[in-house]
Amino acid sequence: MEKSSDIELRLLIEAIYLKYSYDFRDYSGASVKRRVAHAMRQFDCATISALQERVLHDPAAFMQLLQFLTIPVSEMFRDPSHFLAIRQEVVPLLKTYPSIKIWIAGCSTGEEVYSMAILLREEGLLERTIIYATDINPASLDKAKQGIFSLENVRAYTSNYQQAGGQRSFADYYTAAYDYAIFDKTLRENVTFADHSLATDSVFSETQLISCRNVLIYFNKKLQDRAFGLFHESLCHRGFLVLGSKETLDFSGYSKHFEPLVKQERIYRKS
Amino acid sequence: MNDAAASPIRGIEAIVVGASAGGVEALLSIFGELPQGFALPIIAVLHLPDERRSQLAEVFARRLRIPVREARDKEAIEPGTLYFAGPGYHLSVEQDRSLSLSQEERVHHSRPSIDFLFTSAADAYGSGLLAILLTGANQDGARGLAYVKQQHGITVVQDPAEARVDVMPRAALALQTPDHILTLGRIGSLLVLLESTPC
Repeated sequence: MEKSSDIELRLLIEAIYLKYSYDFRDYSGASVKRRVAHAMRQFDCATISALQERVLHDPAAFMQLLQFLTIPVSEMFRDPSHFLAIRQEVVPLLKTYPSIKIWIAGCSTGEEVYSMAILLREEGLLERTIIYATDINPASLDKAKQGIFSLENVRAYTSNYQQAGGQRSFADYYTAAYDYAIFDKTLRENVTFADHSLATDSVFSETQLISCRNVLIYFNKKLQDRAFGLFHESLCHRGFLVLGSKETLDFSGYSKHFEPLVKQERIYRKS
Repeated sequence: MNDAAASPIRGIEAIVVGASAGGVEALLSIFGELPQGFALPIIAVLHLPDERRSQLAEVFARRLRIPVREARDKEAIEPGTLYFAGPGYHLSVEQDRSLSLSQEERVHHSRPSIDFLFTSAADAYGSGLLAILLTGANQDGARGLAYVKQQHGITVVQDPAEARVDVMPRAALALQTPDHILTLGRIGSLLVLLESTPC
């Protein structure tokens, strides 16, 4: 017999989809369950049904809940060896294109976007690149657009940047003000921030490189495959797909459509 | 204190283990006697400094007679295999009994969190879960172990008198009375016994 709380959880996810078109139905269940439990405590709701009642009748409450359902845990130059491999193995090939389109899928609050923009600027590619930075959470996108991060975190990112093959002083890219680091706005001149869901939306452009890191772990296999399908469709012939350090194409039906370029760093190429 | 050896536990489908400070020696001790061909899956969270690459799986593979791997996202849980959570990611068990990784906030300063593993495994296995909490210097795991018990799983806590660091076992005992409080030697014997009492 199914537990009442499991029934309530499914109903909540269905209600959110029907009412707000946010589709969490094929997210990994264990993590969603924890995040809903966390939200219940913050909303002071004793049951998931009570939470559902709140968000169904109050769009503002739903936007609050969305902040709990998405996971804004990110860093700049997270896994420095990954960015070093992009610099060494991917950039020389990207340089052969007259213009470049890059899609950062699930960009959250923008840390991956600024990391990529800095890397491209140092390699002389940023001016001929368009970056599409997409996420389902409008609040995260707003934060990404501002490019303001806590100075404490940015200090921690500095060693990542150096290990990732950074060529300058990391402080060249931001202005410190009080406890914040305001990033150079020219880094995002060619960045388009947009609302896009890997669960419900389709491909919007041909791209040469797609970076989708620490997003797919929150999806079940079916939704992972949908995302891989979109990436495969969007990427040009021999385009690059880069994933998070614990994400892999190995268990996907799309594995035969990509070949590893630097397997250890989760850098793949459309075959 | 129950004598586990006198009352064999039946119907166990999976084992989860959590440990922190002093955990490497403790895990080697309880897994040391597992025979080749041991049939149950074991999933373990051992807190480590947040290093990028962990050698745990390699270290244990060399010392044990069962296959040992670092858990991978969306991997189906295979019988007789010991899975370790890698550093920097939480490890959960999904309803379909596959493994999943996530990067939610730390729990008791820890990622991976023992609470997250135990809670999700209890949801997936219910009364078929055996959860073991060992030595450690923080309180991660105590709530997860209590939840395992609520879902009718079997709970085991290392005897705090023996634990290298007793904070973790004592935190668990403060929340609930486990089915068994045992020394490492007895936990090791219990695991081997599980194997010889099929359900």
